[in-house]
Amino acid sequence: MLSLERRAVDSRAMQWASPLLALILTIITGMGIFLALGKDPVEGLTFFFLTPLSDKHGWAELGLKMAPLLLCAAGLTICYRAKLWNIGAEGHFLMGALWASAAALQFSDQSGPWVLPLVLIAGMVAGAAWALLAGVLKTQFHCNEILTTIMLNYIALNLLLYAVHGPLKDPYGFGFPQSEMFAAAALLPKLIPDTRLHIGLLFGLLAAVAVGVLFARTFIGFQLKVLGQDERAAAFAGFPAKRLTLLAFILAGGLAGLAGASEVTGPLGQLVPQVSPGYGYTAIIVVFLGRMQAVGIVLAAALLALTFMGGEMLQIAMALPKAITGLFQGLLLFYLLTCDAFIHYRIRIRRAPKAVAGEA
Amino acid sequence: MDAVLITNVLAATVVAGTPLLLVALGELVCERSGVLNLGQEGMMLMGAVIGFIAATATGSLAMGVLAAMLGGVLMAMLFALMAITLAANQYAAGLALTIFGIGLSSFVGSGFVGQSIDGFDKIAIPLLSDIPVIGQVLFNQDLLVYASLLIFVLVFCFLKYSRGGLILRAVGESPEAANANGLRVLPVRYMAVAFGGAMAGLAGAYLSLAYTPMWTENMTAGRGWIALALVVFATWKPERVLLGAYLFGAASILHLVLQGLGWNSSTELLAMLPYVVTIIVLVLLSWNPARTRLNTPLSIGQPYRPSK
Repeated sequence: MLSLERRAVDSRAMQWASPLLALILTIITGMGIFLALGKDPVEGLTFFFLTPLSDKHGWAELGLKMAPLLLCAAGLTICYRAKLWNIGAEGHFLMGALWASAAALQFSDQSGPWVLPLVLIAGMVAGAAWALLAGVLKTQFHCNEILTTIMLNYIALNLLLYAVHGPLKDPYGFGFPQSEMFAAAALLPKLIPDTRLHIGLLFGLLAAVAVGVLFARTFIGFQLKVLGQDERAAAFAGFPAKRLTLLAFILAGGLAGLAGASEVTGPLGQLVPQVSPGYGYTAIIVVFLGRMQAVGIVLAAALLALTFMGGEMLQIAMALPKAITGLFQGLLLFYLLTCDAFIHYRIRIRRAPKAVAGEA
Repeated sequence: MDAVLITNVLAATVVAGTPLLLVALGELVCERSGVLNLGQEGMMLMGAVIGFIAATATGSLAMGVLAAMLGGVLMAMLFALMAITLAANQYAAGLALTIFGIGLSSFVGSGFVGQSIDGFDKIAIPLLSDIPVIGQVLFNQDLLVYASLLIFVLVFCFLKYSRGGLILRAVGESPEAANANGLRVLPVRYMAVAFGGAMAGLAGAYLSLAYTPMWTENMTAGRGWIALALVVFATWKPERVLLGAYLFGAASILHLVLQGLGWNSSTELLAMLPYVVTIIVLVLLSWNPARTRLNTPLSIGQPYRPSK
């Protein structure tokens, strides 16, 4: 009989091997799925992982999709390290996109260099405020943050839909629910000419580094970590738990809001209903896969950005449903959590114990 | 409002509350065993899509319902493997189940989007359905509404009066004490999680086979999450789950009522209502943390490993 035995010390090797193992298992399962669908698995994997990156354009698109994932994941890392289960990055992102768009449209006849910063700040403030709402509900009213952030995600989506069907709708848009195109002053500069890659990627990389520094070097980072590991210890040490909680939510919301703002001022140039293909939810996987470390998050964001591109590629090249992206992402998270069990446990094989007399 | 309108609104409330009642009863049993499964939304979606596909393929609604429940159980077993056997963090495992369920259901169902099916018809129960108002509200519904009420009675009696219910509660309150008394904690938790999966699958099937007989991506629209809030609302008591499910059901059709009354507000703003109501209810209930804690199963969310 197989049984799990608690390790005396967590396995450091497994800590880093687990994401790789999870990726391998996902790929194997993916091959099985291709076979089951009667497709060539090698061809399928090539289209999924390699073809998207076969030229400069592809790499630029990868960076483009990494940017929002990195920003959202960096913010969520702050929360998760403090064991605050904020699932609301999607909502923070949408509110950021919504209010950045409102600001951009407000300044559509302006061309000063202050327009873009203002637009981005509007997005950050909106995201932070939306997250703060969940934070206050938690600290003042003891509401479970998982449930409130999820509900706030749905509310944010409906607010965004309301805006693109109503106040922000382009009157000359042939009835399409979308805003006018933003003026040039409200658009993010390109990082590489001839591609869609914009400086939002730098925001994302900076955010990952900043979060790394926050936890490695600062007292606030230390306090957040202690709060997550042992709430009572944090209380005994006199750490201001409520303020730290609110701060974590504000930072997470601000970063995700910036992601939303970068998306509308970057590749889109306007507000559309499908502004997010689920970046906020995918960022949760990025955080777990990246081990809540700066380098890990960057690598994980790259991998998950690739799953979005690979899914589109399979849709075009092999006529598979685009939903395969979500399927692979879910599988990856599943395998990761399974493999993570072996950080704390090892498998032992032993004989079945004798049944205890009088067992019910 | 006249009597006909009131009757119609109440009947629609019961219909809207039924999937919530089913999934919340499943989660209630699961949580009473000490396991918090945040994967309800994912299991519901899988139930909805599998139920729809099976019913379309076999032409039998009963097969659809069975397949949906089976699908829910299989999904729940994935969760149980992680959260119970491998003692993974229950929050993370539940989230994984939902993310996986969203992806898998839209993948599996991608060829079925836009199709429709002849769903469950309303069956009027003779005599009872002739009672004014109540007859139309409770006794002129589809088969699954009756099933949900039956399941409610069974869960209520199981928890309150049966030995099995006692075992379940003991495992949820103190797995150590239960184990010391010779109860096997993990199998009990497995069964509770499986029941939760079956109920979530059934709730999903209700959406795709009765409520709106078709499949669309993410058609559960957060009902799995609302059900989790509902269990908190109910302070882990089945009778309050019943009440809460219909209250939330009413909130989710409120926008139809308001539009019917001539409220010319945007559909998107009205569609926010159930989520806003959920948050408000959570605030009102969680205000006093001591009261909530009083009823929470003590071991909830904590993995248990037998010491031997």
